[in-house]
Amino acid sequence: MNRILSTAGTEFRIALRNRWVAIALVLMAVFSVVLALAGSAPTGGLGVDRLSVTVASLTSLSVYLIPLLALLMSFDAIAGEAERGTLPLLLAYPIAREEVLIGKLMAHLAILALAVLLGHGLAAGMAIWGDETALAGLPALWRLSWSSVLLGATFLGAGYALSALSRRPSGAAGLAVGLWLGLVVLYDLALLAAIVADNGGWFTTKAFPVALLVNPADAFRLFNLTASGATAAASGVGSAADAIPLWQSLSSILLWPLAALGLAAAAFRKVTP
Amino acid sequence: MTSTLTISALTKHFGELVALTGVSLSVAPGERVALLGHNGAGKSTLMKIILGLIPATGGQITICDAAPGSVAARRAVAYLPENVAFHPSLTGEEQTRHYLTLRGESPGLAMGLLERVGLAHAARRRIGTYSKGMRQRVGLAQALIGQPRLLVLDEPTSGLDPVSRREFYALLDDLAAQGASILLSSHALTEVEARTDRIVILSQGRLVAEGSLADLRRRASLPVMLHITARNGFANAIAQELPAAIMVDGALHLSCTQPEKLKTLGRIAGLGDMVADLDVLPPSLEDIYSHFSQGGAR
Ligand SMILES: Nc1ncnc2c1ncn2[C@@H]1O[C@H](COP(=O)(O)OP(=O)(O)O)[C@@H](O)[C@H]1O
Ligand SMILES: [Mg+2]
Repeated sequence: MNRILSTAGTEFRIALRNRWVAIALVLMAVFSVVLALAGSAPTGGLGVDRLSVTVASLTSLSVYLIPLLALLMSFDAIAGEAERGTLPLLLAYPIAREEVLIGKLMAHLAILALAVLLGHGLAAGMAIWGDETALAGLPALWRLSWSSVLLGATFLGAGYALSALSRRPSGAAGLAVGLWLGLVVLYDLALLAAIVADNGGWFTTKAFPVALLVNPADAFRLFNLTASGATAAASGVGSAADAIPLWQSLSSILLWPLAALGLAAAAFRKVTP
Repeated sequence: MTSTLTISALTKHFGELVALTGVSLSVAPGERVALLGHNGAGKSTLMKIILGLIPATGGQITICDAAPGSVAARRAVAYLPENVAFHPSLTGEEQTRHYLTLRGESPGLAMGLLERVGLAHAARRRIGTYSKGMRQRVGLAQALIGQPRLLVLDEPTSGLDPVSRREFYALLDDLAAQGASILLSSHALTEVEARTDRIVILSQGRLVAEGSLADLRRRASLPVMLHITARNGFANAIAQELPAAIMVDGALHLSCTQPEKLKTLGRIAGLGDMVADLDVLPPSLEDIYSHFSQGGAR
């Protein structure tokens, strides 16, 4: 346990000095504040409080931002050590490769969690300050916070796996950008195109819900929108997914971090320094 | 006597390339063994296999009764890789504290370790600002952590100045006196001469010679060089007495085989006042080393 904690502490220190901590905190803070300001304008008489509106837009943002931050922090984790030449010595120490990964994960996840807490805290503060009914949105915000951390864990694991597979930081960076584009951007576009072409047929009713659940980013969005009963209000892919029960998207966002870490461990085990 | 490290018939292929062929070697507790060989001879590969970092193609290795790379073996072995590197954003102290924790030792020992390798003054600076020699010292400091039964040091003195090298070998003497076995590699030969108990010469992946420096010297039976300085005006007279000698920069250089050495020295002594000075140069380790390396290549 000390070995894991020491690894986590060392990684956190490195991230602090490489400005990753600052970058993550500033990005989340800025985006959260901007969305909170935007959400404060026209609530109208819909019975929806300010914070709930902000949470809906934060959800859409987090789908892009959290995976990106997680991949940026993780792509160098193993390939960087291999390139610097620090890997042979590390692996000669009596520490298991899984322990190395868990230590790094703890540090990177702590940074993401700090960024999420800061951003969401600011958003909540701003919403509640201007509108007391916004307290009603707190449970949704809290749900978004912890599911964001889980989403981050999934993409950190994926980043470590790519880092171990490519063994060079430049290659790992390319793969990470590709994964982000693929899962977060292109995947949804492809689904939308398929739904349009399918016109309410087998794909829309049977394949589409599964397709949303197997993509961790979509499952995350689905979970947060379903939980706050906002699927109807949301546009795009989310709106087509009323029918998927909450436990399914919840299972997806709980299982993905484990699966991604398992992949990372398997890929790391194959690395010979 | 049970040995700390036993290697038998070790073979390693990298695809088509044969890096090691039938290498057998054992290292006893407290013994210091130097692994000599040209670049590409297979020294680093042998060390990585001992550490369990890469698998062998064939042969057996045991380290303190454990398999290479097992937790027990990793606990018993300290490693200093060739061109050791650390994260540039960490300070020497932070890095050493981390390594101490990984070995289950108290991180508070870091400063003491860095002091032992003469790096206490820079302990709080980032490793990114260190010179190669300073990084090498961090590498040495981490290799001293705990009481390793075996130290595997890949070109440990590269990047160290002569004084630091002497200090480094003094450290090794202490460790060996406490029973640690040491396997170190080098291609800079003279430095190892006095400091190791045994020399192992690796050439193109084969172990071509093994023994103490005196053993190897005897077995190679390379010629001894005699440098004779003549008293003013007597150079030609000496040259006539010793027809095999050649004139180099006003001195006479004479090469003679080991069995003839004493007889030749007697003849030079017989020249009396004609000789101003005499130097006897035994074959250098470099000569011995190239003798055996070429033997391996044939
Ligand atoms: N990972 C590897 N893949 C392929 N060939 C390698 C690898 N590592 C070492 N070699 C080859 O094995 C031989 C021995 O290398 P090495 O052990 O590094 O030599 P030394 O340390 O004695 O200079 C060299 O020909 C080298 O090119
Ligand atoms: Mg080498």
